[in-house]
Amino acid sequence: MQTEHLIALDEFCASNNIELSFINSLQQTGLIEITTIQDSWFIDEDQLLLLERFTRLYYELDINFEGIETITHLLQRVNALQDEITALRNRLSLYE
Amino acid sequence: MDFVDYYKILGIDKTASSAEIKNAYRKLARKYHPDLNPNNQDAKANFQRINEANEVLSDPVKRKKYDQYGKDWEHAEEFEKQRQQQAQWSGSRSSGYTGGSSQNDFSDFFESMFGGGGTGRSRQTKFRGEDYTTEIHLNLVDAYKTHKQTLSVNGQNIRITIPAGVENGQIIKITGHGGPGVNGGPNGDLYITFSVANHPSVKRLENNLYTTVELDLYTAVLGGEITIDTLDGKVKLKVKPETQNGTKVNLKGKGFPVYKSEGQFGDLQITYSIKIPTNLTEKQKALFEELRKSR
Repeated sequence: MQTEHLIALDEFCASNNIELSFINSLQQTGLIEITTIQDSWFIDEDQLLLLERFTRLYYELDINFEGIETITHLLQRVNALQDEITALRNRLSLYE
Repeated sequence: MDFVDYYKILGIDKTASSAEIKNAYRKLARKYHPDLNPNNQDAKANFQRINEANEVLSDPVKRKKYDQYGKDWEHAEEFEKQRQQQAQWSGSRSSGYTGGSSQNDFSDFFESMFGGGGTGRSRQTKFRGEDYTTEIHLNLVDAYKTHKQTLSVNGQNIRITIPAGVENGQIIKITGHGGPGVNGGPNGDLYITFSVANHPSVKRLENNLYTTVELDLYTAVLGGEITIDTLDGKVKLKVKPETQNGTKVNLKGKGFPVYKSEGQFGDLQITYSIKIPTNLTEKQKALFEELRKSR
């Protein structure tokens, strides 16, 4: 059975000095997934980096949730395009 | 140590108000923030510069010192000693951005004038350490086999296992081997980009390999057996009689190992290039002539 690593969101909020309502809004916009266990909120460890990024965008750059959503979508596209460029470069080397 | 013009970095005038500084900073931070520019070292360097500029110019005490001694920064220490005798350091904090990295990314110029790193976010936050990036250069033969390699990253030796089949441009993450966390935060990660050089005679596309093998005219016409070099050693091949130039032969499972899939390999495609004999003797020419007439 695979072990899930969950991070308590109240601890995350306390250590980063942010409101739990911020996390709730991120969940409502579908940017992160929250697991509820006995009335406590957790996120999967895999999503921690994302959550930290959203926190920085929101608190440091004053970007609202719509902006974060747009940025996330565009960054996904950038990553996909970068992967495609790498694959095409590798293919091009066949003809060099 | 070069003088750093913080006003120029933020693109503002020396008489800029604190609101103008804040606006200029915010505009540039949105442009160069590492979260918005993944794997972009230039953006990261720019972000560090504007962060440092803001750190100084948004703090009235630091700005005053910079304005007074900026170009003549060598005297800053002297100034500092005098000032410490006369007044208490106010220790006011500005609100710089973290960019998801540690706080020690300020220039030597900044350190010499103001000491230490910036204040970062005004909230007492646990910061995850900075992510480190590095590049490993391999040749195709190295990438063919799983092997261990020791890397030196920021003075730290890390021994890693490179799985067979790693691709050119592939990035792997080594968790926790980045910069140390701040205020008890976790360490950053180490991202390794692999650069796999081309082989002089074997081309690779994903897990398949492509090579061209020269075949002498007689073997091509009459058939025979040849031995070719592959990345996995020598392979004997039967050549069919009347093999044409450019004929392709696919050797299943003789290609590149599939990344992290033990025992799975791509294919090796061989293209025959038939070599026409040169420097023929008169007798050989006569034999070819005879052959032509017989056709």
